[in-house]
Amino acid sequence: MSENKGDKTKPILEVRNLTVALPKGADRALAVEKVSFTVNPGEIVCLVGESGSGKSVIAFTVMGLLAKALKPTSGEILLEGENILAASEDRLRQLRCTRMSMIFQEPMTALNPVMTCGEQIDEVLETHTKLDAAARKAKIIAILTRVKLPEPERIYASFPHQLSGGQRQRIMIAMALVLDPVLLIADEPTTALDVTTQAEILKLIAELQAGQGTGVLFITHDFGVVAEIAHRVAVLRWGELVEMGQTEQILARPAQDYTRMLISSVPSIVPAHRGVRREGETVLRTDKLGKTYVSKGFFQKGRTVKAATEVDLDIRRGETLGIVGESGSGKSTVARCIARLIDPTEGKIYLGDTEIATLSAGKLRPHRRKVQIVFQDPYRSLNPRMTVGDSVIEGPMNFGLGRKEALARARALMETVRLDPNALDRYPHQFSGGQRQRICIARALAMEPELLIADEAVSALDVSVQKQVLELLDEIRQRLKLAVLFITHDLRVAAQICDFVAVMSQGRVVEYGAAEQVFGAPRHEYTKALFAAAPGRNWDFTKASAA
Amino acid sequence: MSATLPDAIVDSAAIAAATSRRRSVWALAIRNPSVIFGGVILLLMLLIAILAPYLGTVDPTRIDPAMRNKKPDTVLTYRLDDGTPAHRTAIMGTDSLGRDVYSRVIYGTRVSLTVGISVAIIAVALGLVIGLVAGYVRWADGIIMRIMDGLMAIPPILLAIALVSIWRAGLVTVIFAIVVPEVPRVVRLVRSVVLTVREEPYVEGAISVGTPTITLMWRHILPNTVAPLIVQATFTAAAAIIIEAILSFLGIGIPPETPSWGNIMAEGRTLFRVFPHNIMYPGIFLAFAVLAINIMGDGLRDTLDPKMSKKV
Repeated sequence: MSENKGDKTKPILEVRNLTVALPKGADRALAVEKVSFTVNPGEIVCLVGESGSGKSVIAFTVMGLLAKALKPTSGEILLEGENILAASEDRLRQLRCTRMSMIFQEPMTALNPVMTCGEQIDEVLETHTKLDAAARKAKIIAILTRVKLPEPERIYASFPHQLSGGQRQRIMIAMALVLDPVLLIADEPTTALDVTTQAEILKLIAELQAGQGTGVLFITHDFGVVAEIAHRVAVLRWGELVEMGQTEQILARPAQDYTRMLISSVPSIVPAHRGVRREGETVLRTDKLGKTYVSKGFFQKGRTVKAATEVDLDIRRGETLGIVGESGSGKSTVARCIARLIDPTEGKIYLGDTEIATLSAGKLRPHRRKVQIVFQDPYRSLNPRMTVGDSVIEGPMNFGLGRKEALARARALMETVRLDPNALDRYPHQFSGGQRQRICIARALAMEPELLIADEAVSALDVSVQKQVLELLDEIRQRLKLAVLFITHDLRVAAQICDFVAVMSQGRVVEYGAAEQVFGAPRHEYTKALFAAAPGRNWDFTKASAA
Repeated sequence: MSATLPDAIVDSAAIAAATSRRRSVWALAIRNPSVIFGGVILLLMLLIAILAPYLGTVDPTRIDPAMRNKKPDTVLTYRLDDGTPAHRTAIMGTDSLGRDVYSRVIYGTRVSLTVGISVAIIAVALGLVIGLVAGYVRWADGIIMRIMDGLMAIPPILLAIALVSIWRAGLVTVIFAIVVPEVPRVVRLVRSVVLTVREEPYVEGAISVGTPTITLMWRHILPNTVAPLIVQATFTAAAAIIIEAILSFLGIGIPPETPSWGNIMAEGRTLFRVFPHNIMYPGIFLAFAVLAINIMGDGLRDTLDPKMSKKV
C-alpha cells in the first residue's frame, strides 16, 4: 500500500478554535478553550502541559474517542481537509487506523490480554482491508520487523503478558502504523516505560515517521522528551494554548512567563556543586543488606526472587543519598527494608549504633520514630477518612505526646511545609497532589526523625510543583540537619538533590559515589547506558531566557 | 519552627474551593431509587413484623376444626368466650387445621426477618474478625482460609438436618445452620479488602509512625471494609430468608407450632391443587421480602462500590 500522501505542504491536521466543554460541577467550565494548531506531513508536534491542561482531551477529540460527558462546542478539526467533528460514527470508524491512529500510555491495558499480538493486529487488517489471510499475515510480519521486534513469528503468536513493556509498546506502534496512517497520535507513550526503553521507543517513533512522512501529535509532560523528539511544541495551560513554536525557540527563548517557568522548573542533569564535607555522625549504615522473596503455597513449589543483594550504604547527618535505578532494580525494596516495612533476609542495618534489621516488632517500636518515609503517590499516602491534623498527630501521640502538644507541633509544621495551619481541620481530598505531599512531609517531620526516606516522593508531581517540593525537602534537610535517603528513577531529580548517588540494577549497587563524580564520569556500563538514555540530556533547561 | 517562609503559604480559601466528594457517597446511596424502593418495602415488612398483633390478626396457632380449608374472603362465624356469636372475614382463608392464614403469614414475617437480620449480623461480625486476622496475620492466613474452604463445602440443608438430630428444631438451630456456610463468604471478602488496603501507602505510613497493630486495624483498615460488608450483608440476609423457608418447608427448620412462611407452605403443599392460597400468600411475602433486599443490595453496590463509581 504505497498511497499518495497528498500535497507535502498542506497540513495533515488542522485544529481551529477547538473548544470542549466540561460537565457541570467540574473545576472549570471548559476542558479546552479556542485551541488552534496544525500538524504538517513528516512533522512531530508536541503538546506539552501539566496535568489538567487539556492535552489528552485534544488527542481524544481528534480521534473521536471523547467521553460522552465532554462535548466539543465549537471549532473544527480538519484531517486532510475533512472535518472530524462533523463526521458520522461510521466515517470515524473508517478513518481510525487507516488515516489516523493512536498509541496509549499503558500498553498492557491497551492490548487485549486474551488475544495473541498477531491476532490483534490482524483484526485491524480484517476490518479495514480486503486482503486474504496469507497476505495479512505477511503484512503483519513485515510491520513487526519494521518496529524492530526480534523473531516476528514468535511475537505474532505471543500474548501481551509474555512480552516486556517496551515490546508491548512496539506492538501498539505496529498496530497503529500497519495501514500507513497519515497521522499518529501518541498519548504519553513512554511515560510508563523505563528510561532506556523510553529512549528506544522515541527513536523508533522518530525513524518510522521520518520514513513514511507521517505527522505525529505527541502528548507529553516531559520537557526532556520534547527536546529529544519534537519539531514544534505547543504549550498548554488550563485548556488554553499558551504559545507555539519551533522546539529550539520555545525551549531556549520562550515568549511567555508560564513557559519560562515550566522550562526552568525542569531540573538540570548536571549536578550542582554541593561541597559535602562528610563530618556529621553516621545516621544509617547498611552492611550487605539483602532481601529474597520466597513465594510458596500449599501446592506450588517455592520460587525465589532476589530483590536486593549485598547493598552497602551509609548516610551521615545533613546528607542526601540518592538511590537511582529503573523499575525492578530493587531501590524501593532497600528503602522499605530500612524503614522496616518489610523484613530484610540478609545483612545488617545500623541506625546510629543500633542494629535494627533483626529486631522484633516490639523492640523496633522505639526506633520507628527515627526513620520516616514519604511515599510516591500523594493520593494514597493519607487516610482519606481522617483529617490532615489527625494524620499528622497520629505518630507523636503513639509515642505518648498529648493531643494538645501534638496539635501545636502540627501547626508549626504546617508553616514549615508552607501550608495554612487551618489545613489541619480538612480532609486530604481537598488538597492538590503537591499540597498532599507537603502534608506527608509534615507527618514524617512530626516524628522528629533522624533519617527521612523519600520513595519517589516527587515522581507523581507536575514539574513546577516538583521543583517546589524538592526545594522544600532540601531546605528542611539543611535546617534540621536531616539525613535523607532519596529514591528516584529520574536522573535529573537525583542530580539536583543528591550529595551521593548509588546506582542500582537488578538488586545490586553497581556504582556508588559523590553525585558530581557519578554524573560527571560514570564508570559502570549500566550507569553509562542510563545516562545515555536520559531524554534531552544535551539540553540544559536552566539556560532558558527571555525572548 | 520559624515562621519566616510566608511566600508560598497556601491560603485556606483555595483549599476550601476544592469541593467535597467523599462524603456524598452515603448521601448518594440514600437517594438511589433502588435503595429507596427496597428500603421502603423492607421498612413496611419490619413494621408488619413489629405490629403483628395489631393488624387484625387472631392467634395464629389456634386450631378450629369447624373452619378447615376455607377459601380467601370467607366469612367465619365463631363464638366468643361468653357464648355470643361473632363474624370475621378470613382474607387469606384458613388452612387444613382451620388456622387463619392471614395471621400466620403476618406472624411469619417475624421469623423470616429475625432469621435474615440475625444471620446477616452474626455472619458479618464473625467474618469480619476472622477476615481481619486472615488478611493481616500472614502465617494464619493459609490455615484460616483452608478451614473456611472446608466450611463452605458444607451444604446448609445437610448441616441443619444434622443439627436438628443433635439438638432440636428451633430458631437458634436454623440461624446457626445458615450462619456456618455464610461466614466464609464474608471472611473472603474482608480478607481481600485487607490484603489490598494493607499495601496502601497510608497504612505503611501509619506503621512507620509506630501505630500499634490493633489501632492500625481499627482506624485505617476496618473503615474500608464497611461499604462492601453492608452490600454483602444484604445479600446474606436475602439468602438466609430463603434458606430458612426451605428448611421449614422440609420440616427441619422452625417447629410447626411457630408459623413461618416455610412451614405454612409445607402444610399447604398436600392440598395445593384445591387450595392454592395456603402456598400463594406466604410465597408472595417471601418473594417480596427477598426481592426488596436484593434490589436494595444492588442499589447499595452501585453507589458504594468504588469500582462502579469510577464511571463518568
